[in-house]
Amino acid sequence: MREMIIMVVVLTVLSTISGGLLSGLKNATASKIEVQQLKFVKGPAIKTILEGVSNDPIADRFALKDGEMERKFFVGKFDGKANTVVLESFGKGYGGDIGLMVAVNMENDQIIGVGVTTHSETPGLGATAKDDPGFAAQFKGMPIKETFKVTNDGGKVNALSGATITSRAVCSAASDAGMIYKKLKPQLVEKLKEFK
Amino acid sequence: MAKTLTQEFTKGLWEEIAPFRLVLGLCPVLGVTTTMENGIGMGLATTFVLVFSNILVASLRNIIPAKVRIACFIIIIATFVVVTELLMQAFAYPLFLKLGVFIPLIVVNCIVLGRAEAFASKNSIALSVADGLGIGIGFTLSLAALGSLRELFGANNLTIWTTPTSVIGVQEVFGANFEPFTFMVQAPGAFVCLGLMLCVMNLVGSK
Repeated sequence: MREMIIMVVVLTVLSTISGGLLSGLKNATASKIEVQQLKFVKGPAIKTILEGVSNDPIADRFALKDGEMERKFFVGKFDGKANTVVLESFGKGYGGDIGLMVAVNMENDQIIGVGVTTHSETPGLGATAKDDPGFAAQFKGMPIKETFKVTNDGGKVNALSGATITSRAVCSAASDAGMIYKKLKPQLVEKLKEFK
Repeated sequence: MAKTLTQEFTKGLWEEIAPFRLVLGLCPVLGVTTTMENGIGMGLATTFVLVFSNILVASLRNIIPAKVRIACFIIIIATFVVVTELLMQAFAYPLFLKLGVFIPLIVVNCIVLGRAEAFASKNSIALSVADGLGIGIGFTLSLAALGSLRELFGANNLTIWTTPTSVIGVQEVFGANFEPFTFMVQAPGAFVCLGLMLCVMNLVGSK
């Protein structure tokens, strides 16, 4: 009996200390990690989809409250007008969440470009969603208010070969981005005026 | 039985060099060694986990009940692996992008658990640190050696470390006309290369 209690106590204490330490460290490094992700993953993705932008979208970012969630938006200026927002949304892929940056032109509600950021898809199959520019280019010019689907499901997006689940995840992320955009558009219009 | 600190340290560098002598921890050995830089990064991450888990296991060796020792070791190791992962994300993000899924996999690296079970749970803290450092550096050297061979023949480059602004290393070692054996940086190349290195080590070791 005594042995049992010791086992339980030791395991509990160890787990508690470990949990406490890790959550502390996670909080301590969260802001640093975010900066690094912006610099190495999200930044390059935004720069690729916003070709020819005249400002630094990473510096011109703001956050809006969407219910419980806080969402980040990046502002793109073309010809001196801040008319583009970039937002990130997520879809359930084959190996976890896939992050997708979606750039939307606020004047005609059309997608300017999309780019996959963080993912854990299979190299060579699903991971090509990030590397294959042809796949992302399909979204260019589509109205954001649509629901996106792959051709197998009756939509317009050609899936990557061998990676239907990944392609579906990217479509659902893009559709999600549309929902967020529709919901927050009035606030976005207000916010963009500050960047004129 | 009683060995000195130096002996415990140096045994990991040759006598018990993990991937070659014990043929342990082959998943990262084969998986990440496409470049020398990845090998070094992975080796250092594993060394960090190994040293700290050894310290903790050695200092708690009289408290941890024998029946649940493996569970306790796993908690300790997993904690340090997550610490490594977070620190790497915060301070060496490009390396984290390259090593990706192999960092969390250090938890199930049998070298780390093996040292905790076979060494640190029976020896003093100082000896355990020496053991962890020795085995860890041996592991790093093995990964770096394998990575450099594969990168050299597979990509015609040798990278030691990439900083955000520059690359420390040699590009196009054999000149621009050298056609790299891309086979070497793919998975089968890892097996072939490891096999050849094992062969050479056994030849040298057997005298």
